[in-house]
Order: sequence, then structure tokens, then C-alpha cells
Amino acid sequence: MPLPQPPSAVADPAAGAAAPAVVALDRVTVNYGRNAALREVTASLTGGAIGLLGPNGAGKSTLLKALLGFVVPNQGEMRVLGFDVRRQGHEIRGRIGYMPETDAHIPGMNAVSFVGYCGQLSGLPAVDAMQRAHEVLYYVGLGEARYRNVETYSTGMKQRIKLAQALVHDPDLLLLDEPTNGMDPRGRDEMLALIHDLGHAKRVNLILSSHLLPDVEHTCDHVVVIDKGSVAAHGPIAALKGPAGRVFELRVKGDTVAFLDLLRREGLQCHATDEDVMRVFVPDDRGARDLFALAAGSGIQVRHLRPSVPTLEDVFARALGEQ
Amino acid sequence: MPIHDQSYRRYGGQRGDPRRVWMVIARAGIVSVVRKRAFLGLLFLAWLPFIVRVVQAYFSTTFAQVEALAINADTYRTFLDQQGTFVFFVTVWIGSGLIANDRRANALQIYLSRPLTRAEYVLGKAAILFVFLVMVTWLPAILLLLLQGAFAGSFTFLRSNVHLIPAITLFSLVEILVATLSMLALSSMSASSRFVAVMYAGIVLFTDAMFAAVRGILGSTGLSWISVPASLEQVGDAIFRTRLRYDTPVAVSLVVLAAVVAVSISVLDRKVRGVEVVT
Repeated sequence: MPLPQPPSAVADPAAGAAAPAVVALDRVTVNYGRNAALREVTASLTGGAIGLLGPNGAGKSTLLKALLGFVVPNQGEMRVLGFDVRRQGHEIRGRIGYMPETDAHIPGMNAVSFVGYCGQLSGLPAVDAMQRAHEVLYYVGLGEARYRNVETYSTGMKQRIKLAQALVHDPDLLLLDEPTNGMDPRGRDEMLALIHDLGHAKRVNLILSSHLLPDVEHTCDHVVVIDKGSVAAHGPIAALKGPAGRVFELRVKGDTVAFLDLLRREGLQCHATDEDVMRVFVPDDRGARDLFALAAGSGIQVRHLRPSVPTLEDVFARALGEQ
Repeated sequence: MPIHDQSYRRYGGQRGDPRRVWMVIARAGIVSVVRKRAFLGLLFLAWLPFIVRVVQAYFSTTFAQVEALAINADTYRTFLDQQGTFVFFVTVWIGSGLIANDRRANALQIYLSRPLTRAEYVLGKAAILFVFLVMVTWLPAILLLLLQGAFAGSFTFLRSNVHLIPAITLFSLVEILVATLSMLALSSMSASSRFVAVMYAGIVLFTDAMFAAVRGILGSTGLSWISVPASLEQVGDAIFRTRLRYDTPVAVSLVVLAAVVAVSISVLDRKVRGVEVVT
């Protein structure tokens, strides 16, 4: 039975043209008791690989759960793939794949039975579901372990099988909640490669929720930065980063805090990183000489100055106002 | 070089009706239960009373000397009463883990992220227990009725007791509905199937023991409504049109059973969710 076709897609105002919005949020508010998890979130997310970035407790998982219908917003409208979340949950959940953050499986099943069962739950005929279960298990790298009981899997393997169950029915939109949690470096790289392949080579729309900047930067083209339940920044990563070559990494000797204050008074955006290195954004009409001049004027010794490229960390820090 | 590159590819096949997804849950659950040999042993035990009754029916209809053993309408009421023990064991065995195991493995978010409503999920789980409870109540009783007619060579008994088919069906339904919903509700409240089994057994046995104590002290059966099994017996007597065994009005016993069902549905509504919000 063919799935119902989505109604006319919502245009993305940011894109200018009538690009179809995979997810459209209009003043979405979710409260847990007195605590606001999402505050009037408005965003229009077009297709491709989208990163949902924010610190722990920012509201990323709540947003995914609201899109799935697990959490009912107190206010606002949400549309996924053109369907209204409140009224057309069935149609939406038939078209999306969800990889939860926590360990999740059906007890007592081996991997291929589990993934095949998930395919059937998404409406695939039993034979097709089993065939696709084998295929996606090979794709995620569990081909050799597909007859093992899922409960015996390592953390990394459990992450992979969660991805497999989200993929088995060929969703139009993948929701990935912290997909690299608990994985070793090699497994993490492989998982990110899979997600990148899905979002770019296989053209699967996906929303990746993570608090890890490199994960989002490696796999996504667009980013939505969420902080304290609100959208802090939103758009293509390349555009948010700004032009290359206007960022400098600085290490100084002296009163770093006072120097940062001075830079800000001079209208320069800057933030300190964990490694005692500050990153300074310099407008087109100024350059490294101005930084040296400011340092010399305030008695600060510049120990290190290097041109750098804007990173997602800069976007994140600017959006969140971290210093 | 691989002959076939094992990679992800889009699916172009047909998809089933999403409103039938609950049947996938039911089918998978039934298959997993049937694979357990120990459970098949319990199922065999549950059919022993049926075999005894079939032998009784055969001899009473074939040999006039044992006519005293003849099966009458009350026999069916007694038979279903006896099957109550197996209803209890089957409910505990199958039902305790139905939702509790899913909670333990965080499977609810896997299920509910599919084209499946919470009600359909519960329906799928309930169908598993329903099928096996039907197999120890309604099915043997109806088979016994048919075999009795077959042994006698006529349906005179059935014609003169035509109320038995609806009575067996209605009582079995009431008993199964109460057992299924109350067990599912308990199963949704914990991640441990053992704890759920103990809770269910505790509620059934404790309310029955309390009634027995009150009955012993007061010498009256007017408070039978405090026991769920006694309420079920009272309603069963009314359905089979046999003499009521307790002084409690049937309406009160019915209200007790309805309350159990209502509370169970309310618990399921609150507990079966993709995400548990603690505020």
C-alpha cells in the first residue's frame, strides 16, 4: 500500500526559493512542569544533513522527541515532511527513522530478527524486511555478527544496530540522537563516515543531534545551535563560519582577561579556548598589525599569532556567548 | 573485488497498511511464546481437565451405567471455574514480561517511533495474552460442548441449554479482559518481569485471603467484592444463571471488575509512552 503523499512543502524563507522544508517549527514551546525545555522555537530546516548542536540540557533531544510525537508541545506548530505532527503522526513516523540516544532493542532477538522486525513494524512485508535487515546490517558493519543476540553486543555495536533499525525501512528523514555516544575513536570515525555517506552519497535527509562539534562539522552542511531551549544560530555551516582568513589564534603573556576586554571594546569578536589560546575575528579593514598594536599599547606580550580558519566551535561560541 | 557491493540502497517495494502493525507485534509475541517448551508443558496441563471431561462425556453418553456422571449445564460453569487456576498461571507466565521487558530494554521508543499508536502497541501486546487465555478457557469449553453433542449423536442437550454458548463466550471474555488488562497495567509499571509476576500474584492472592478472613470473622459473604477472583465468580454465576455463591449484589461485583479495567487502562495510558517525563 503506498504511503500518503505529503501536502505542499513549506518554503524555507532563508533559502529564498521554494526549497521544501523537511522540518518546519513555528513558535514551539515545550515545558516540563515549570521548566521550559523549548522556548518559542521557530526554524525551517531544508533537506540534507542538519546538525542540532547545543550543550547538554539545551533541548536538542526534547526537540527530536517532539518531532516524533513523544512530547506534546504546550504551544506552537510543527510540520515534518509537510505533515502536521499533532494530527498526522502515523504518516510522519512511517517516513522517519529514529536512532535513540539510550540503548534500545527488542529483548530476546538476534540482530537480523530485530532489524527485520523493526522493518515489519514500519510496514514492510516480512520477506522484504528480512532482506533489507541483512543489507543494512552489512552496511553498518554488523554483517558477521548479525546472528548474535543483541544483548551480547558491545556499546559500539549497539550504536550500529540502532542505526540499522532506523534505516531498515528506507526513511525519508533520519533522526540521530547522539549517535557516537560511548564509542571508541575508531568506531566513532566509522560511525561518522556512515552518517556522512548517508547524508551526502545516499542523499538521506538527516538531523544529527550532538553536543560534539567535530561530529556535526564532519557530517552536516547545516546547523541549528540550541541553547537553553532557544535557537541561538541557524543556517549553513559555511555561511555561519564566515569568510576564511580573518581569524587569528593568539597566545599572550599578561592579563588575558583585560586584553580580551580591550579587544571587545575595539569591536573585535573574540573568545578564549580551553588551551589558553584566544581566537580573534578581525574585520576586513583590519589585520594582524592592529592586534600587535593593541597588545603593545596595553603592555601585553604576544607569544603566538597564527592565521586560522573559522570553525564550528567559533560559531558555537559566538552563538552561545561563551568566553 | 566483491561481486556485489553491500551498501545501502533505497527501498522501492510496497508497504503494508500501517493500521495492521499491531498484528506484527501479536504474531511475533505468540511465536516467541510457542517456542518455549516449558510453556507448552503448562498448556498441556491446562488441557488435562478438558481431557478428563471428554472422557466423562464419552462414558456418560455411551454407557447407561454411569449416567450419574452425565455432563449438565453446571458442569461447564465448574469447568471454567477450574480453568481459572490455569488462567492465573498463563497470565503470570506470559503477561508479566510483555511490557516490562520492553521497558527494561528501552524498546518503547523503538516501537512508538514507528507508525504505531500507543493504543495499537497495547492492543498488540494484549492480543498475545488474549490468544493463550482463549486457548485455556473458551476453546476447551466450546470443544467440550461440541464433543458432548457428537458423542450423544444429537444436539438435544445444546438445544435445551442454548444459553451455554453465549455464557461461555461472555464469561471467558470478562475473565480474559480483566486478567489481560490488569496484568498489562502492572507490566507497564516496572522493568522487572519477576517483580510484576509477584505483584500480580500478590494482588490476586491477597484480596482473596482478605475476603476469606472477613468471611471467617463476620460469617457473611457480603464483602466478596473486596476479592477480584470472588467478584469474577459472582459475575460468572450470574452469566451462567446458576445460584449466586455470595451475598454481594452482582451489580457491585460488576462495578469492581469495571473499576479494575478502568484503572488498568488509566495506568497504561500514563505508562506506555515513548519518553517518561519526570517533573
